[in-house]
Amino acid sequence: MHSTSALSFSQATSVPTTNYAFHSHCPLNLRFCGLTTQAFGFSFSTHSASTRLRLSTRAPGHSNKISASPGHNGTPPTSFDYDLIIIGAGVGGHGAALHAVEKGLKTAIIEGDVVGGTCVNRGCVPSKALLAVSGRMRELQSEHHMKALGLQVSAAGYDRQAVADHANNLASKIRSNLTNSMKALGVDILTGFGTIVGPQKVKYGKVGFTDTMVTAKDIIIATGSVPFVPKGIEVDGKTVITSDHALKLEFVPDWIAIVGSGYIGLEFSDVYTALGSEVTFIEALDQLMPGFDPEISKLAQRVLVNPRKIDYHTGVFATKITPARDGKPVIIELTDAKTKEHKDTLEVDAALIATGRAPFTNGLGLENISVVTQRGFVPVDERMRVIDANGNLVPHLYCIGDANGKMMLAHAASAQGISVVEQVTGKDHVLNHLSIPAACFTHPEISMVGLTEPQAREKAEKEGFEVSVAKTSFKANTKALAENESEGLAKLIYRPENGEILGVHIFGLHAADLIHEASNAITLGTRIQDIKFAVHAHPTLSEVLDELFKSAKVKAPASTSSSPVSDPVSA
Amino acid sequence: MAHILQTAFLPSTSALRRTPISGSKGKSQSLQVKAKIREIFMPALSSTMTEGKIVSWMKSEGDKLSKGESVVVVESDKADMDVESFHEGFLAAIMVEEGGVAPVGSAIALLAETEDEIAEAKAKSQSSSGISSAQVVEEKPKQKEESEPAVPAVAPTVSSIKTVAVGSAVHPASEGGKRIVASPYAKKLAKELKVDLGTVVGTGPMGRIVAKDVEAAAAAGVVAAALPASPAIAAPVTSGIELGTVVPFTTMQGAVSRNMVESLSVPTFRVGYTITTNALDALYKKIKSKGVTMTALLAKATALALAQHPVVNSCCRDGNSFTYNSSINIAVAVAIDGGLITPVLQDADKVDIYTLSRKWKELVDKARAKQLQPHEYNTGTFTLSNLGMFGVDRFDAILPPGTGAIMAVGASQPAVVASKDGRIGMKNQMQVNVTADHRVIYGADLASFLQTLAKIIEDPKDLTL
Repeated sequence: MHSTSALSFSQATSVPTTNYAFHSHCPLNLRFCGLTTQAFGFSFSTHSASTRLRLSTRAPGHSNKISASPGHNGTPPTSFDYDLIIIGAGVGGHGAALHAVEKGLKTAIIEGDVVGGTCVNRGCVPSKALLAVSGRMRELQSEHHMKALGLQVSAAGYDRQAVADHANNLASKIRSNLTNSMKALGVDILTGFGTIVGPQKVKYGKVGFTDTMVTAKDIIIATGSVPFVPKGIEVDGKTVITSDHALKLEFVPDWIAIVGSGYIGLEFSDVYTALGSEVTFIEALDQLMPGFDPEISKLAQRVLVNPRKIDYHTGVFATKITPARDGKPVIIELTDAKTKEHKDTLEVDAALIATGRAPFTNGLGLENISVVTQRGFVPVDERMRVIDANGNLVPHLYCIGDANGKMMLAHAASAQGISVVEQVTGKDHVLNHLSIPAACFTHPEISMVGLTEPQAREKAEKEGFEVSVAKTSFKANTKALAENESEGLAKLIYRPENGEILGVHIFGLHAADLIHEASNAITLGTRIQDIKFAVHAHPTLSEVLDELFKSAKVKAPASTSSSPVSDPVSA
Repeated sequence: MAHILQTAFLPSTSALRRTPISGSKGKSQSLQVKAKIREIFMPALSSTMTEGKIVSWMKSEGDKLSKGESVVVVESDKADMDVESFHEGFLAAIMVEEGGVAPVGSAIALLAETEDEIAEAKAKSQSSSGISSAQVVEEKPKQKEESEPAVPAVAPTVSSIKTVAVGSAVHPASEGGKRIVASPYAKKLAKELKVDLGTVVGTGPMGRIVAKDVEAAAAAGVVAAALPASPAIAAPVTSGIELGTVVPFTTMQGAVSRNMVESLSVPTFRVGYTITTNALDALYKKIKSKGVTMTALLAKATALALAQHPVVNSCCRDGNSFTYNSSINIAVAVAIDGGLITPVLQDADKVDIYTLSRKWKELVDKARAKQLQPHEYNTGTFTLSNLGMFGVDRFDAILPPGTGAIMAVGASQPAVVASKDGRIGMKNQMQVNVTADHRVIYGADLASFLQTLAKIIEDPKDLTL
């Protein structure tokens, strides 16, 4: 369930021009996937935005009824309904809630939509179901591959509705698991949209019903994000769609343009091409897959793009997209990213907008505690504490996950939530974002943790240390060869003088599962010279990383202590 | 005959149309003489690699190379790889610049053994340098060769491509052919098969060019493109073949050779017949103004005769059985630009003579424009070859593999004929000669078929029904 939120990843992409502030926080730097500079004016995906807005406009009228003394809103209450209230029951909120219960906190979670949030309902979870199908289709369709294994399969086909049902069933299943796990632990699930009324005070309620006021010692905002749609693009949910619609797989177009070649776009290209579509990528930057380590993206392009029925336009914005109507196809106007001149017009059967995600924070009542969002994101410090307009910390208020934009991944949100719970229960904790892995579930998969090579080299130059790179190929791995899937590369970026792991990038079979040895090592501060002695079962894919660590040339000797694990490092 | 050629050409599409190959090939011939200048070939870096891109040259022209030294970095479909020199020498000439793409096995540079030979090697590469630059800029028209007949005297610039792009004008938003709308895979295929998308007619949604259109164009294009190539080959021949030299077959000639040899495995025999054509000639004169051609008349007559003798329209696929074809498709050999093609008149027995004539004209036009689709030239069940127009009075044809019979038609000529009633008269007569596969078609079959055909031609009223 805590699978990587591939779908919520490329969020930082949404607001390129003003993203500089985030550079320092967001080491993965997965932004700019095919978006337009006009990205400033967020146009929220209409359904969620309108609901939220309705709520907030309605709120003042009801405030008299709800609160006997609205004037007291500015003063914190002295006794609380809950120890912790979490607004938003996505993966982040869920992770925080579970940890809070473990720590003995009386916890409530407010959800206005369905439990599970983006990841479970409209993101990583259903997309994994589709990718599971596409992976098998790909295998069955690869005559060459089958023949090499000695298998004979007659033509592979699929039933679109059954595939869509598989994705939908998976989402419901995970959703009920999530709900049950919280109920079982005694977390109160409060239904309605949550709004912050004042310090330590939240009201919630369904549209058209009276709001209920609750108080809590600490509040976590975990409202997540919605697909970001740049200006000029008209989403009709049928031929011009976002990931929300695409995951329902209502039709498989002959030709689909995917705007943005980040995680979301890449995964969908894998799904659509396996199901028989042809794909055109539209990417604003000069190269595809701009967020990945350049070497990995180059290899990925060779394997995931070039041999497939995919073409691409790079360095262009999709400035205008009109849905198919009146017998005309979907029309996409392409504008040169640099000269801003009209470059080309595409006509396709469908367009998927995968330009990243925008925070869903409108109507949260942040103005009541004088917090001003930055392009929708809630400003936080490294401990996820919310910062107000004057740069002061808002006491007892935290924001985790996509809503703060630090690292738009489901498991990052969860980790941030756990970190917050640690803090409110008296133990200081700072999450090291450089130890959070990310994965893209294409076939084969891509995964990474820490810095890319250019980022590492830049940091090394600034701080004056040496950087080395080690690489191993899946071609030498017995298990990969046995599977006849030996296309792949693992790359280690490290400091040769002390053996510190700066980043690991993997492209190959089960890369998403393999990355954790590296991310754990970074979290625990394990050095290469020590992890070299860890034993890997033979023959397994994990030996790719074993090889990788062994091929690194570290000058420092292995630690002599019985426990080679040193103190955790934090960035 | 022509039929044989076509089927054989299909696989060799890319090779034929790829200018660079023929260029390097031409050169390798001349280079064989001077063995001290070696070619550096685009290596096959993986089993699936068909072409490679030059990422960078690690040496420049004039640099000395030792054996095993890296010369160039090549990007394959899999990875960037250093390519080493197998020989010692000097890098004399780079034929494919950085960023350029070359098919596996084609020369990308010349290696001279001594410094003195560098200049010589350079000169050699000059002849093909135009080719390599055309490769560097992928967009630059290979279409040139194809577009030339249609748009003569237009420089092969981008604009010229656009002018040729009328083929896809069916597409509503293609702005009258200014824009070519092709699906991603169609574009990929077009590049691979060296098909100019501007000449392809799209059959996909809203007239978009899809993969099968490109495949069809490539298949048709091979034959078509091969044809104009022959005068080019022939031209130097007339202007002076180097006597005493051995010139290897082109791919096309190799294919012909293979098929001719293959035809030897079929036990064929021939049966001839003399047919009086006065009535046919009269009919032709009468309906010529309505656009009816002699070819259509002959095809129609043959088809009607075949309808009564299905065995002559059959073929033997496996040596064990008759394959009775469900429709009568008459393939007619046509010489175009010194080449040969066999457009097929489908269901010639059922289609009326006027439609058949129109269809024939359309096929010939298409053949000239190299736009014949595969089903328009390889679905023949019976072949007609007519050399009568050249005054040939009789000849015999080789049976195209995969069909049962071919009929060679000679010229219709006036002859002094003794008639049964003892008179002597003048009649127009033509000789036909059928070559057939004796495994399925026997002498008696052909005899009765020819008798029927003669009856139809001598009393041609059925032809216009």
